[in-house]
Formats: sequence, structure tokens, C-alpha cells
Amino acid sequence: MVAAGETVAADPSSLPERAAPAVRLERVTRRYTGRRGVVTALQDVSLALARGEIMAVVGPSGCGKSTLLELVCGLQRPDEGTVQAEPAVLMPQRDLLLPWASALDNAGLALRAQGLPRAEARRRAAPWLDRLGLAEFADARPAELSGGMRQRISFVRSLLAGKDVLALDEPFASLDAITRAEGQAWLAEALAAEPRTVLLVTHDVEEAVLLADRIAVLSARPGRMLAELANPASRPRHRTDPELIALRERVLVTLGAPA
Amino acid sequence: MRRAVIRFGADRRSLLHAFLLLVALAGAWELYVDVGGGNSLVLPAPHQIAVALYQDRSLLWSNFLVTAEEVLLGVLFAVVAALALATAMHFSRIVRSSVYPLLIASQTIPIPLMAPILVLWLGFGLEPKLIVVGLVSFFSIVVTTLAGFASVDPELTKLMRTFGASRWRLFVSVELRWALPGVFTGARLAVIFAVLGAVLAEEAGANSGLGYVFTQSVAQLLTARAFATVVILSAFAILLFAGIGLIQRIALPWSRQPIGSELEPR
Repeated sequence: MVAAGETVAADPSSLPERAAPAVRLERVTRRYTGRRGVVTALQDVSLALARGEIMAVVGPSGCGKSTLLELVCGLQRPDEGTVQAEPAVLMPQRDLLLPWASALDNAGLALRAQGLPRAEARRRAAPWLDRLGLAEFADARPAELSGGMRQRISFVRSLLAGKDVLALDEPFASLDAITRAEGQAWLAEALAAEPRTVLLVTHDVEEAVLLADRIAVLSARPGRMLAELANPASRPRHRTDPELIALRERVLVTLGAPA
Repeated sequence: MRRAVIRFGADRRSLLHAFLLLVALAGAWELYVDVGGGNSLVLPAPHQIAVALYQDRSLLWSNFLVTAEEVLLGVLFAVVAALALATAMHFSRIVRSSVYPLLIASQTIPIPLMAPILVLWLGFGLEPKLIVVGLVSFFSIVVTTLAGFASVDPELTKLMRTFGASRWRLFVSVELRWALPGVFTGARLAVIFAVLGAVLAEEAGANSGLGYVFTQSVAQLLTARAFATVVILSAFAILLFAGIGLIQRIALPWSRQPIGSELEPR
């Protein structure tokens, strides 16, 4: 049994493969003590992700979405409830590429972080840059790259960390509409080739229904689970699919948007 | 590369402005001495300083080399020591909180009064000068290097942790590089103090160096020559200041790029 307030990496050997979710949150509450007293970021949130599943978390600003990701990544501990997760890696909202390093070296940063030699990190990152159409920019510094390119490098960097769970924090929020659509397309492709359990935080409902198998809708602060909707369409999905349009409408209504 | 060219263009314009100001000041000074009829033993005119610079060039040059050695070696030691101390302070809160007050206290040591004691201990050679130069230039490098370490984006630190990076890996792959522009900033400030420190140390006890020449010239009422040493010292400090900036531009081109904008929340 797991004690309250603890973050535990699930031990796959002790649990049957099928039954064990890759991520499980049970009645998780997280509070912060700020200058104006205690703020509850998340309240009583429960969710579970099966291996290979993509779940989107949508909600208004300040609903504790980033807190949720940090809990899953083990960067924070819940005040109440339990968080169980396979090793998880963050893909931050801002790309946070190292300004002095080339695209290739940035893509291999997670491998360097794990102590691999630079040459090996570069060798493993190169095919991914190729795959995402960045081969000719391998030696470019971040300042020379567009926002969309930088976000692709950031994704490769997190993917190469080799963790089972990807925690994506509004990965395309800062991009223009066309670049964002491109981003969603390469993300879906990359995940089809290299399946991971994904927790995708976004405030873009269309992005959520396009990419996710299930959608968790959170309320404004304190973040509570309003609904969890399964996506009737299976991957790969298309924006114009009527099922997606209907789902998008349901999510928006749950969020309180005028019909 | 293109960025560097643009910057050199901008520098050339600001160099011109600096030069014009210098000419204007020297002109006013020249007029004041020539027309005002002041005693040139008390205040030599710029042209007399220029003559002294030319006539005493071999004396000034050989003594300049002595002072330059003191400054460059002293700053080099200061950079190495400051990097080591800043790293220790960055890693350990105990080191930081215990060393910081002492570090500040070290800057209140009245070095002009202290230098003769150092000479008494260590003689007329290079060692007391290196200690003085090191002491006056060390502080600014420690402070700016610490600021560099502290400027690492906390989100990046979190990211590295989810990658599974050890504390040492985080330091080597991210923090050290991030702090380098701070080290350069500190070194730029340090060279100015270092030139002053070297001259003060020479004044306390030396038989060569521009500080020594200055003291001797004043004693012999060779005022123009004394001013000539000041001109050389100033030019040297400016050259070092600009030179370190140039090295930074070449060694860390990214630190010149507008990295601030991409680090702000969008």
C-alpha cells in the first residue's frame, strides 16, 4: 500500500502487465502557500492511463495543468492522494534549447544528461532530426531556427530520454495556426512510430480531440475533474471527422463555452 | 558571422564618438595651459605629454611590460580562484553563507595601506603585486559568476532532472556554460581594478613598473612623464576591457545573440 503524499514509480515486475496503468493518480490534491494564503491548484483529481494511451488534459488557464504534469514527472509531491507513474519525462511549453548548442546537440541533451558520450548522443539523435525534416539544420544554433523547428527538437530531446511516459506541456501553444497543425501532424506520426504513454496538457480543444484517445476536462482553480471523455475515433484521426467535431463540441460545452 | 559585422559597424561609430570627446577634452586642456599660462610643472599640456611619451618610449615600454605582467598574471589567478570559489559557493549553501561575508569584508581591506606590509613580507618582486591585483579583481568575478549560475532557468533544471541528469551532469552540461558570460563580465570589470591595483602595489615598493616610474617622475618634477604613464595605463585598461569583450564575442557568440527574448514567457 502506498502512503498518502508519496510519489512512487510503479514496479512493473510486481504487477500484471495488462492491468498496471502507466500512470495512476488517486484523489490527488496539491496546494501552494503563496503570498495571499493557501492556493489549491488541484483538488481530488483521479485519472489513469494505460500503456501507450494518449490522454489530453484541457481546462482554463490556472487549472493546475502544469502541476499535474510535474506530479507525474515526480518533480512535486501531492499533499493528499497518491501518484503512481512509470518514469516520465517533461516536454516543456517553452523549448528551453541551450543557446550555445547545435540542433543536433540539443536533440541529444537527454542522452548527455544520462552520461552518454557526445558522439553517441549525436549518433542517436541524427535519425530523428532526419525524420522530422531537420537534417540540414543539424548544425544550426537555436537562434537560427523557427519556433516550429525548435519545438520539434525539443520533442526529440524528450523522446530520446527513453522514458515510458511523455508529459507534454502545451507543446504548440506559442506557434501560429499553420505551424501548430504541422506540429500536431508530426507528433501523431512520431508517436505512431515510437509509441509512448502520453499526457498532453493543452488549452486547444481541437488539438486534444485530434491527438488524444481520452480527454480529461478540468475546472478553473481549484482544478477538479469535470469529465473524462473517450474519443470515439481511432488513430490516425482527421480534423474534419464528424465524430471529432461532435466530441470537440462536447468538450467545449463541458468547459462552459456557449453552445 | 553577419551579426558580428553589424556589431563592429556599430562599435566603429561609438569609437568615433569617444575619439571626438577625447579630442575636445584634450583641446580644452591644451588651451587652458597654453593661454591660461599655468605652470607646466604643475599641469603639463597634452602636447608635452605626447612629447614625453615619444622621448621616454623605451623607458615607458620596458616598465609597461612589468606592469602588464603583473596585471595579466594577477587577473588570470583571480579568474581561476574566483571560478573555483563561485563553484563551491554554488554547490554548497554552507560555503555560500559562510564565505560571502568574508568575501565582502576582503573588499574593505585598504589595499594602498596594506601593500607596504605585503612588500615587507614578500619583498620587491612579483608576488606582492600579484596578491594585490588578485585581491582587487577577484570579487567582481565571483559575484558575476554566481549571478551567472543563478540565471539558469529553473524550468531547464526541472527538465534536466526528468532526463535523469545527476547534479554533476547538470553543472557540466548546463550551468557552467550558462555562467560563462557572467565570468566574462566579471573579468571586464576586474581588469580596470587590476590596473589600479598593480600601480598601487608598485608605489608601495618596487624598482620597476609604470607605478614606480610615476612615483619617481613626480619626485623629480618630471610631471609630463608622470602623466604619460597615466595615459599608457588608461589605454592599457581600455584595451583589456575591449579585448575581453572581443574574446567573448568569438568564444561565446550565442551570448551576444538576443537570448533574453527567447527565455521570456511567451
